[in-house]
Amino acid sequence: MEATLNKAIPIRPAARVRAATEEPLWVKLSLIGLSVGFLMLFLFVPLLAVFTEALRKGIGAYFASLSDPAALSAIRLTLITVAIAVPLNLAFGLAASWAIAKFEFRGKSVLITLIDLPFAVSPVISGLIYVLLFGMQGWLGPWLDSHGVQIIFAVPGIVLATIFVTFPFVARELIPLMQEQGTEEEQAAVTLGASGWQTFWRVTLPNVKWALLYGVILSNARAMGEFGAVSVVSGHIRGKTNTVPLHVEILYNEYNFVAAFAVASLLALLALVTLAAKSVVESRLHHHSQKTLEPATAEE
Amino acid sequence: MPDRDAGRVLAQTWLERVTNANHGLPQSMQNHFERRESTMNMRTVAGPIVMLVGTILFAGCDESETNASSSNRATASAVRLLNVSYDPTRELYAEFNEEFRQHWKAQTGQDVTIEQSHGGAGKQARAVIDGLKADVVTLALAYDIDAIAEKTNLVPKDWQQRLPHNSSPYTSTIVFLVRKGNPKNIKDWHDLTRLGVAVITPNPKTSGGARWNYLAAWGYALRQPGGNEQRARDFVAALYRNVPVLDSGARGSTTTFVQRGIGDVLLAWENEAILAVKEFGADEVEIVVPSVSILAEPPVTVVDKVADQRGTREVATAYLEHLYSPAGQRLAARHFYRPVSPEHANPRDLQRFPDVELFTIQEVFGGWHKVQQTHFDDGGVFDQIYVPGK
Repeated sequence: MEATLNKAIPIRPAARVRAATEEPLWVKLSLIGLSVGFLMLFLFVPLLAVFTEALRKGIGAYFASLSDPAALSAIRLTLITVAIAVPLNLAFGLAASWAIAKFEFRGKSVLITLIDLPFAVSPVISGLIYVLLFGMQGWLGPWLDSHGVQIIFAVPGIVLATIFVTFPFVARELIPLMQEQGTEEEQAAVTLGASGWQTFWRVTLPNVKWALLYGVILSNARAMGEFGAVSVVSGHIRGKTNTVPLHVEILYNEYNFVAAFAVASLLALLALVTLAAKSVVESRLHHHSQKTLEPATAEE
Repeated sequence: MPDRDAGRVLAQTWLERVTNANHGLPQSMQNHFERRESTMNMRTVAGPIVMLVGTILFAGCDESETNASSSNRATASAVRLLNVSYDPTRELYAEFNEEFRQHWKAQTGQDVTIEQSHGGAGKQARAVIDGLKADVVTLALAYDIDAIAEKTNLVPKDWQQRLPHNSSPYTSTIVFLVRKGNPKNIKDWHDLTRLGVAVITPNPKTSGGARWNYLAAWGYALRQPGGNEQRARDFVAALYRNVPVLDSGARGSTTTFVQRGIGDVLLAWENEAILAVKEFGADEVEIVVPSVSILAEPPVTVVDKVADQRGTREVATAYLEHLYSPAGQRLAARHFYRPVSPEHANPRDLQRFPDVELFTIQEVFGGWHKVQQTHFDDGGVFDQIYVPGK
């Protein structure tokens, strides 16, 4: 397929554009230097600081802080939260972007705006919404309590708040791509006799899978790192309702700096893994969208 | 939208692309393979994810069920208590909980696990009001528990009469923490209003310690020769003009002062100040004791409704009573709280507490209710005198 592609397009337009915008060497170098310096200052140095602080008392103390029961319980809670929030957001993101990209309906723009809402709202407010809804002074709290259901200051509240702050990520990645791809391939599949589910599994999903993965990685990173919203609904019960970021704060407030930075280094590692995964997926995404889009334009 | 015919044309192009990819196979088979491949990929990924989520969800349900049933059987072999406390008590309760666990095990044979939650006292009281299921609260000042009693029916209004010494098993006071060598020469309250002295204290709206700080300053001004309400108000306003940042809790202020190096003097609980000197070393910070300060009484109480609901009243009551026992008093003194029965404490621990003239909130202000209404409620004196960002 690659071979036919290149034959079909002998001169890549991108190459010509690059030549036309050639800048003097010093402009290039100073721009590169500036951005690299900026990154070093704001990303690399803090990252280094986290690991130096974490390892200040040696590797033994580092692992001791990570295997502390309260730290383990925080890690476990974070993983549970992510395992619930991310798949739900995946399902929601797919459904929402499918609806938005493939159908025309009233209130579509309202729906798009609503999906972006969590980006616009401060995380603290996102948490307070749930206190207002499920708190004992809130709308549903007394009723839930009389039925023995605890939402806030417990795991369900933490999961809800996390879902709220992370739900735009998948949809935001998928909507532009799905809109760009249009409905033509689905129509083709249907014409050839595919059922709705077959079309979805065999045409739509394969076309967006890298963008989907990209969205999942982003929402995973945010879900693990969320502080504000979760802090409001957590209740801060040590070993029970503390996620990893909240546990870092507690350790720091207990003057336990080595442990605080050791646990923080987990989040830093997560950031590095996310970056690596993101760049891999990004290149696949780029590759994939060229593969699917270019032949169509070439053959028109 | 393209019509049916256009769709067919597109289907044709799509088919051609698929055909190009797999040369030499009959078209139907090529189609089949291409589709098969992509679906297999998604299925192999989706399957384990669904299973994983399912397992975790069910595991979660299982756990909450066992939790619920075990709390019903609280009198059996194990019991859990949640102690919702304020900021600086972390170290005290970490050790006291272990002490009580052993005591309770020896006395009843039952295992007790005590969970802790710490934060600014006002914020913590708010969380209990909003439904945080605390069996006991150990907060910074009586008004925080009064607020719980007023806004909910979780504790009776007369909660403070239930345990000795106004339900405060330990007391403290407010002192100053300054940088090594006291470079700004801060000796007493009036030095805090000098130009160029940056004072660190938390937000009285959210922190109990901060309210004690505020009232200690107010009480000092009242007791000066010629002191009256207006002068006290001017004095406290001048003091807060020197405050560059209000943290939400006492511990936040301590880290702002010591770790981040902001400010010349920290208004702190005595216990918090001694702990900071111990943690960061006497070559970093030192304590200055003012001429007069306030008697701070951090109270404790059982949250009746929650304790009854979870069947923990007996152990919760014993937990708080144990704070008054010789063992509890000794631990309080060791963690820099002034014990109400000093005879039980290690005399060396008692030497840390300087003799300072203390006034009570009752004698100077007429109790917490009046104080809260006049000073800290929305639109109260604090709101009138505090100008943020100054």
